[in-house]
Amino acid sequence: MARNPFRSEAEAYRFLLLTVGYFALIVAAAAIATWLGVVVFVALTAAAAWLWLRSRSDEPVQRTEVSRLSGEDERRILVIANETVGGDELLAILRRKAEGVQTHLLVVCPALNSQLRTWASDEDGARAAAQERLDASLAQLRRDDIEAEGEVGDGDPLQAMEDALRTFGADEIVISTHPEGRSNWLERNVVGVARERFTVPITHVVVDLEANAP
Amino acid sequence: MSAHADTHHGPPIANKSSRMDATVLGMFLFIASEAMLFGAFFTAYFFVRVVNPDAQEWPLPPFHLPVFVAGVNTIVLVTSSFTMHWALQSIKRGNRTGLKAGLVLTLLMGLAFLLTQMLEYARIGFNPSDGAFGTIFFGLTGLHGAHVFIGLCLLSVATIRAFRGHFTPEHHHGVEIPGIYWHFVDVMWIVVYATIYLL
Repeated sequence: MARNPFRSEAEAYRFLLLTVGYFALIVAAAAIATWLGVVVFVALTAAAAWLWLRSRSDEPVQRTEVSRLSGEDERRILVIANETVGGDELLAILRRKAEGVQTHLLVVCPALNSQLRTWASDEDGARAAAQERLDASLAQLRRDDIEAEGEVGDGDPLQAMEDALRTFGADEIVISTHPEGRSNWLERNVVGVARERFTVPITHVVVDLEANAP
Repeated sequence: MSAHADTHHGPPIANKSSRMDATVLGMFLFIASEAMLFGAFFTAYFFVRVVNPDAQEWPLPPFHLPVFVAGVNTIVLVTSSFTMHWALQSIKRGNRTGLKAGLVLTLLMGLAFLLTQMLEYARIGFNPSDGAFGTIFFGLTGLHGAHVFIGLCLLSVATIRAFRGHFTPEHHHGVEIPGIYWHFVDVMWIVVYATIYLL
């Protein structure tokens, strides 16, 4: 199966050969009967689309080794959350994890952005919105006597985790999401992929903000 | 918990890691514009065919296309892609003679294609002002010919540089990029030839 033909001359050459084969079959079929040419065109196009989609989903997950940066008696926890960082469930888990051990907490809010704006590198608005959510979240944590630092991360939560891990070196990751059905991250299997990709324990916390609302 | 509030953990504040790379975005925009350009011509071509549903043969008389000559020209162009690929594989293995021979052959075959197309234009028996089909035929094949000309310019630069000893097995970007462009010019010709001459 051809990979991205724009990456290298070899891939472009392979793409050309596939194109020659594709049109040769269509022309040969159309020479027998016009309707057969249409059938071959539809079948080959569908097969090419299916192979392309399958090759994308079969790409192996790159495993990232996380370096431990914490001392013997301290624990570093990376929290990835967007709107759910002030949720009761997450705060309860963070309190429990902090019991009896010195804990460094880093909260990362991904700067979620539309695909079009991402392509155009137009992320100022997304970063400003993420910064507002982060400030509100850190204030909420402080009110609950949980000291934490925070930063705005990449729009892709997995990339945001990877970026943070390179400088923070967490002992574990806590991913906070909305419940199933309302969470875009769960739909994209962010938690599952993160478990495959990173070598540290990952805790998934579901925060139901609607249920928590007074 | 320890107090670390408001301490920044170093880069990346302006994180670029999953942003669309500028060169990739540029290539996508270029391909999108090319697709729209050729798409506009193909739309016009298929429109001309659709408004003639009762045509027993295509193109309609008195138009006649030199399918065989264009077929030979197609073989020449596809073969030039092979020599282009050979040139790049040669320099990757450190074979400078193969690189130079491959580029010269590609250049010559590209020139042969363009000259044959010019001769075809001169002898085809109709011109762009002879109805919608004539306009679309010259428009599509001419647009592709312009792309071949640009490809030949890129290949000429790469060939001159190859003869000056500019490329190495590690650094051959100046051959790789024209190579990708050349293969896509060939891909477009396969589409044009199959659609206009054969189907």
